[in-house]
Amino acid sequence: MSLFDQVLALGDDALVAAQRMSEWCARAPQLEEDVALANIALDLLGQARELLSYAGTLEGAGRDEDALAYRRDANEFRNAQLVELPNGDFATSIAKMFCFAAYQNLLYQALVDAPDATLAQIAAKAVKETKYHVDHAALWTLRLGDGTAESHRRMQAGLDEVWPFTHELFESVALAPGVTASSLRAPWLAVVEPVLREATFRRPVDGWAPTGGRQGVHTEAFSYLVMELQVVHRAFPDGRW
Amino acid sequence: MTESPDWPLWEVFVRARRGVAHTHAGSLHAPDAAMALHNARDLYTRRSEGVSIWVVPTANIAASSPDEKDSLFDPAADKAYRHPTFFQLPEGVEHL
Repeated sequence: MSLFDQVLALGDDALVAAQRMSEWCARAPQLEEDVALANIALDLLGQARELLSYAGTLEGAGRDEDALAYRRDANEFRNAQLVELPNGDFATSIAKMFCFAAYQNLLYQALVDAPDATLAQIAAKAVKETKYHVDHAALWTLRLGDGTAESHRRMQAGLDEVWPFTHELFESVALAPGVTASSLRAPWLAVVEPVLREATFRRPVDGWAPTGGRQGVHTEAFSYLVMELQVVHRAFPDGRW
Repeated sequence: MTESPDWPLWEVFVRARRGVAHTHAGSLHAPDAAMALHNARDLYTRRSEGVSIWVVPTANIAASSPDEKDSLFDPAADKAYRHPTFFQLPEGVEHL
């Protein structure tokens, strides 16, 4: 993959995760959590903007962040399938956020020391943001695990649902200069497994590992997400107000 | 948005910068102290308002009653000698 493809994939991960997370806005189980999830979505959107802007510069074809976000079809997106999965219930969303934020945090940590100066700069800010996302999701994981029988059941179901899609994050491709995705899995497990254990969840077994997002193969729900993401831009191309 | 009657109320105090006191910022609901801190960070410092947060269970705050206003506060009203306004300032003293 060229550097453009790599940065595009990182940006698409953040953009699609932000879009999914923002679906919780005004729907979270509780007002304070609503604001927390909206903040996290905004952090992710900020990362997406910087990464996509940089990708546009690398490509050198005159596409800016808006062109990349709003003028590509679903099969041109390079995000991992994990971030496009429908939110499901709150527990499933927490399971997804925990898995993804822990991955992103490790990735950005690695990028801080990566040879690409622009990526290092973007990552330096994102490390702090994703650290908070991991903490927030871990707090909820512990509470849902220790909460009621129903909260435990739902979160376990959420973990079982999203776990197969985490494998794609660690496929053996160069994610960015100096960072191999597969090298992040052991540290990722070292973050995730202790929290699951403390929260009394069963760590899902590794088996089915759907893949293809990095090549533009996406799940059924993704077209709807892209449609909603782009609807205003498609109705009013380059509109300003 | 559903009611959360089982989640207690917390009062949030935020210190805007080093050297100034924590001031009351507002209140929120949270199941425990750790979540209250997280929620306070998101609700009251998202525009860079603070460098430190305290959260206190509202139930643990003892407040004076408005009914006691006269007996608590009025007696101080006519005791002007408690204010340091009767001293001659020496020449050249600016910050007193």
